[in-house]
Amino acid sequence: MRNERTPYRAGLAALAAVLLIPSLALAEEEAAVTVGQFTANNVWMMLCAGLVFIMHLGFATLESGLTRAKNTTNILFKNTFIVSIGILTYALVGFNLMYPGEGNGVFAFAGFGIASGPEGMGIGYADGGYTYWTDFLFQAMFAATCATIVSGAVAERIKLSSFMVFATLFVAFVYPIAGYWKWGGGFLDGWGFYDFAGSTLVHSVGGWGALAGALLLGPRLGKYVGSRMHPIPGSNMPLATVGVFLLWLGWFGFNGGSVLSADPALTSFTLVTTCLAAAAGCVASIATSWIVTSKPDLSMSLNGILAGLVGITAGADTVGVASAVVIGLVAGTMVVGAVMFFDRIRIDDPVGAISVHLVCGIWGTLAVGIFSTNPEHSFVTQLTGVAIYGAAAFTSAMLIFSVIKATMGLRVDPEEEMEGLDLGEHGAHAYDLALGGAGSGTTMPPSHAPMRVGAPVTVQG
Amino acid sequence: MKKIEAIIKPFKLDEVKDALGRLGIDGMTITEVKGFGRQRGHTELYRGAEYVVDFLPKVKVEVLVGDDMMENVVNALQEAAHTGRIGDGKVFVTTIEEAVRIRTNERGAAAI
Repeated sequence: MRNERTPYRAGLAALAAVLLIPSLALAEEEAAVTVGQFTANNVWMMLCAGLVFIMHLGFATLESGLTRAKNTTNILFKNTFIVSIGILTYALVGFNLMYPGEGNGVFAFAGFGIASGPEGMGIGYADGGYTYWTDFLFQAMFAATCATIVSGAVAERIKLSSFMVFATLFVAFVYPIAGYWKWGGGFLDGWGFYDFAGSTLVHSVGGWGALAGALLLGPRLGKYVGSRMHPIPGSNMPLATVGVFLLWLGWFGFNGGSVLSADPALTSFTLVTTCLAAAAGCVASIATSWIVTSKPDLSMSLNGILAGLVGITAGADTVGVASAVVIGLVAGTMVVGAVMFFDRIRIDDPVGAISVHLVCGIWGTLAVGIFSTNPEHSFVTQLTGVAIYGAAAFTSAMLIFSVIKATMGLRVDPEEEMEGLDLGEHGAHAYDLALGGAGSGTTMPPSHAPMRVGAPVTVQG
Repeated sequence: MKKIEAIIKPFKLDEVKDALGRLGIDGMTITEVKGFGRQRGHTELYRGAEYVVDFLPKVKVEVLVGDDMMENVVNALQEAAHTGRIGDGKVFVTTIEEAVRIRTNERGAAAI
């Protein structure tokens, strides 16, 4: 086996030499990026594309963990569909709507389809940060992430076909056109609005869509009865927890890759602010839910991690370490309040998507105006951006949902909702519910769901 | 022949099984059930809202015994499943008309 190791070590040494020598040479001049650095940058960006992809795994498990077992197939189906249609539409129109490479206004389009062109493969494409294809894929993953935020808020009662139509339109047109205004060089970029990795462009846009959906759908049956609220507990807390940790892992790529290169200083710093904010969000949520509701709630603590992550996303590269912690603490506190607030005004959000992505997305964006170390960032500009994106995303989501509601219908029949969307929409359950698996209660309000995956109990004779 | 059904707290199952084993009962069927009696359920908390869980998980144990053993088995069950707190459960006895061992087609007492 020693023979096998030697070429590997030699290769490693050669790579180190290739990387070291140019950086020594660059010590005094802002020279072009070397092939070695270009490769390192591109590898990092591709890895980050993969990490952001993992967030879909996280969303799938989190959403199915926080909803009832009779709807699990349905929610997994939505998550599967969104990432697929997201990538496809981004290739067809989205990428060129968001990054048309020209203009600084409200709308531009560089044509259908993706093609690298002669420059796309080389160092010249993005200052040696990545190739055209890496660029496309990384951005495509972001687009799909935005769309999938909506699926949690509308879960357990939205008609599948209606949701598929909405998600397709939202990811194909709303997200990229709005994204163009900042990241594509559109007018908001010119105004100095800053959103490092998408607190506004991804999370709040998704959050506005989620809010629109939850508003037009109405709450799940049995959630608000008379003056009382009946909680509908999730069916699988281990799955939900795994989901949040996967999302945290994905954020390493979401924020780390938004540096748009493998710059050691920026990437390493960004990952630290990201993780600090996540941790602070968790701790704040634990404390807040413990104080406010008398018991520490796991699902709230999980939401707290996400709240911190969403909150830091706008300024992970431009706020200090202490500020990152503060941003996370505030986000973690806010999300608990937001979850309870939306329940109080009877907007039913099964997974807390609106509280996490919309509320903390706005907070994270404004936090840049408060904490950024860059003097060009201002609270007023951030607020302006928040307002404009809010108006645009919410209006378009309401419009799309309203048209769908008027034509196709938005919600499943009450009978189907009680039976479970798995049976109604898919004709198949995710779990064998016949023998009393998790969440199989059909009484109203739903009876207690034991926290285990529904394997039937059999006693072998 | 009597069928003895006991609805017990789930964590008491091992004790009950052992107690029945000491009486020479080497077969039983258990089912996971939910239920409540006079104690109703308990209150749980989810995302800041309280809700009452009426149906609590229980285990139902069913054994078949000869008429002569019934009294001993009922007593053993009651002792093994007892905690003294509400929700301990109940024992029911019914008379069985026929029993069949499927493997050998034995009937009656030989089937138990």
